[in-house]
Amino acid sequence: MKLGVVVFPGSNCDADTLYALGGVLGQEAVYLWHKDHDLKGVDGVVLPGGFAHGDYLRSGAIAKFSPLMREVGEHAARGGLVLGICNGFQVLLELGLLPGAMLRNKNLKFLCQYVTLRVENEKTAFSHLARKGQVLRMPIAHFDGNYYAPPEVLDEIERNGQVVLRYADAQGRLTEEANVNGSLRAIAGLVNKAGNVMGLMPHPERAVEALLGGTDGRVILESMIRGRAR
Amino acid sequence: MIDDRILKDHNLTRDEYKLILKLVGREPNLTELGIFSVMWSEHCGYKSSRVHLKKLPTKGPAVIQGPGENAGVLDIGDGLAVVFKIESHNHPSFIEPYQGAATGVGGILRDIFTMGARPVAVMDSLRFGPPDQPLNRAIMEGVVSGIAGYGNSFGVPTVGGEASFDAGYAQNPLVNVFCLGLVRKDKIFYAKSEGVGNAVLYVGAKTGRDGIHGATMASAEFGKETEHKRPNVQVGDPFKEKLLLEACLEVMDRDLIIGIQDMGAAGLTCSTSEMAAKSGMGMDVDLDLVPQREAGMTPYEIMLSESQERMLMVARPETVAEVQAIFAKWDLDAVVIGKVVDGGRLKVRFHGEEVIDLPVDAIVNLCPALRRPLVKPKPAKAAGKGAPVPLPESFGKAFLKLLASPTIADKEWIFRQYDHMVQTNTAFLPGADAAVLRLKGSRRALAASLDGNSLHARLDPRTGGAAAVAEACRNLACVGARPIGVTNCLNFGNPEKPEVMGQFEAVVEGMAEACKAFAIPVTGGNVSFYNDTEGASINPTPVLGVVGVIDDVDKAVRPGFNAAGDVIVLLGETKDEVGGSEYLKVIHGREDVPAPRLDLNAEKKVQALCLDAIGLGLLQSAHDLSEGGLAVALAESCFHGLKGLGCVVDLEAGLRPDAMIFGESHSRIVVSVRPADLDRLLDLARERKAPAAAIGKVYGESIVVGLAGRKLVDVPVREAFKAWKNAVPDLFKIHA
Repeated sequence: MKLGVVVFPGSNCDADTLYALGGVLGQEAVYLWHKDHDLKGVDGVVLPGGFAHGDYLRSGAIAKFSPLMREVGEHAARGGLVLGICNGFQVLLELGLLPGAMLRNKNLKFLCQYVTLRVENEKTAFSHLARKGQVLRMPIAHFDGNYYAPPEVLDEIERNGQVVLRYADAQGRLTEEANVNGSLRAIAGLVNKAGNVMGLMPHPERAVEALLGGTDGRVILESMIRGRAR
Repeated sequence: MIDDRILKDHNLTRDEYKLILKLVGREPNLTELGIFSVMWSEHCGYKSSRVHLKKLPTKGPAVIQGPGENAGVLDIGDGLAVVFKIESHNHPSFIEPYQGAATGVGGILRDIFTMGARPVAVMDSLRFGPPDQPLNRAIMEGVVSGIAGYGNSFGVPTVGGEASFDAGYAQNPLVNVFCLGLVRKDKIFYAKSEGVGNAVLYVGAKTGRDGIHGATMASAEFGKETEHKRPNVQVGDPFKEKLLLEACLEVMDRDLIIGIQDMGAAGLTCSTSEMAAKSGMGMDVDLDLVPQREAGMTPYEIMLSESQERMLMVARPETVAEVQAIFAKWDLDAVVIGKVVDGGRLKVRFHGEEVIDLPVDAIVNLCPALRRPLVKPKPAKAAGKGAPVPLPESFGKAFLKLLASPTIADKEWIFRQYDHMVQTNTAFLPGADAAVLRLKGSRRALAASLDGNSLHARLDPRTGGAAAVAEACRNLACVGARPIGVTNCLNFGNPEKPEVMGQFEAVVEGMAEACKAFAIPVTGGNVSFYNDTEGASINPTPVLGVVGVIDDVDKAVRPGFNAAGDVIVLLGETKDEVGGSEYLKVIHGREDVPAPRLDLNAEKKVQALCLDAIGLGLLQSAHDLSEGGLAVALAESCFHGLKGLGCVVDLEAGLRPDAMIFGESHSRIVVSVRPADLDRLLDLARERKAPAAAIGKVYGESIVVGLAGRKLVDVPVREAFKAWKNAVPDLFKIHA
């Protein structure tokens, strides 16, 4: 699968993501410059972590005006796979490709740490290599990861099975302590209704090598690489 | 007319002014005086420290660039080099903690990428007043979020560091930021300006009125009027810095420029004159071409502004368009503001008039070196001469109190605000003895550690200086890294006080001795004087940043105990020393007992033993003994290891029990080995003539330390962990 990693001027996980997809997982992976109008024929698009345009305004609020977002939107509308990691997730929310918004973390501090996540829906294009209820350990690193959506939207995405990952403890239990950033319904990752666009706050690209402390991020990235759930 | 009041405002003495008159050959105008003021300030001119810093060893086979450039450069083989340096941003961080610390990070990052290197790690050494006081907490909160705000956005991992607390820092926190970068050896850039007619390019952010006289401010004591200096603190824009990084590296990668210099302290003044002076050239600059953020700025303000995220480049005229295209891609200004000329003079025009005409050599190289009067420090009273130190009523209670002392307690509250994993090279999370960064595509790894104990340095400055080097190297040895070079940040009081200069000389001499013993070159650093508030100086605080190499990252060792039954071995010798310890300070409120002595020969043997044992794969864990001594080191080995695992240790009687359990004798490492490997380790120790003794084993769920069979400490791991883990977060809950 050929994958494209979008580079906004303030992306800072673009190189990490390219390295994980290309260097570690052996895929063809290319950068896509945000000012271009060219997806370079990729099968899947990844919006990486970082601070797309400095994020002095709402995270991702300016990124939605980057020229390449037109092509990303069209790619998503065609059913192409789009994965937004951390800041990439925030951009997808701003683009309206995913429902909801991000608030500041509940402790009002930037949080960089490992979290444990429970797989809620193992049938998506981004999670089909996981078991339902499986606990994945991955790092987070964000200031605005406190997921918010109005109650009726939350109910709808729950009904549709759009919630893919929730913050949980190591045993997979939902606790207040495990929900480090205060996200509503402990939502850490979700897909759109069609299932081809996913956003998640944790960084799977940081969890693909044992040397760095874990490989659970592979579940997400390899699911995407192998394509749709069957 | 330059009078005494103007000179005082510019921190220049009558004698210095006389020299300026001689060098310039006429009375300088106010802008020119401003230039001398910043370039001859303590911060830029190193006038009080230079004669002493010469004693530090700066040569070695791996040294590509020693002191004198933006940062030091060392060859690490495979065509790669590391670029690293440490800088202080103490004064700004007191005046405005968030921006002061943030721009401290921004400044050191630019020092690194100016050389062509991509910054791969930041570490910081922080000193605050006691955090039970609200102001100190507010400063700490601001500083930590400032470091986080800048580094996280820029995308450099903050992988470790240290933080400690002392009443002396209440009005004068220390923020020392270390940065390490990686560069291909054929892509290193310097502050050169060769070639008459070459273009001088201004790149990056626009110039505003911020930070004027920042360098001069950092060269004077603080008093009540310091509040008014808030406008001297710059405001950082990490996003712009990230753009600047990418644009600069792209331009360098394509070999489009000749030289580059960061606009840090003293901004345009420093970068133009230093680049010219380094190549024996002059520069003609037109200030009307400088991108400006505000209207009506005077030449004085433009030349002295310390607006952040700016660089000066020299390029051949034919490459200018290409350079500008790259900067345009990153939405940044790149403007030709002048050219390189012969004659060694800096000539600056403004609105068609020449406003500066000065010899660059005078500005950059002829700042008078002072031999300030000094008083040799008197070592603290010999042991036993002060009031006797009683033993604690309960070792267990003292142990828990020490674990909860902010200097010793867990610092996760700090480091989880930093993105310490971005760039995906962080092999060891913060909290290990040293930061470990893998090199992609290689088995090798880099390690770095920051250290400095200011109480030791006050009690015995010479030993304190040497011990800071020794401990930083020991931290590297604990993870399995050989030290290759060192940078230093020397934080002291007012150098006009003979006692302070005496401390400074002794600390530098101690550092020099230790660096020679470890055969590591000093590649640069920073001196921060005038850390005084209302007449009181801080403890002398040398902070050493040592960089090392690990040959096989899979062999790197962590501090935590891994398996019940492993044998705990103490490398090094415990002496009858309680002085200078956190134990004495926290439990007995005493800071008057002499600090531990240091035997550099013994230190080297212990470190060599640790490194060899790691090379042979004998060690399951290794952890340096520092604040809190053996008991705290054992506890931390439990906390960092397999969850809940305890230890049982029994020591031979002989010394003061508190010295054995909490004393801070140097040159000691606590390690764990599989029972089957114990004899090999002890044999190796005999061979290396380094002391090593099996003192216990990894076992159970409690931390037990006994003396000749009598248990003095017996605390459940869970309880100890809670004390250590919650101490810092609890401080911040008070007002939550």
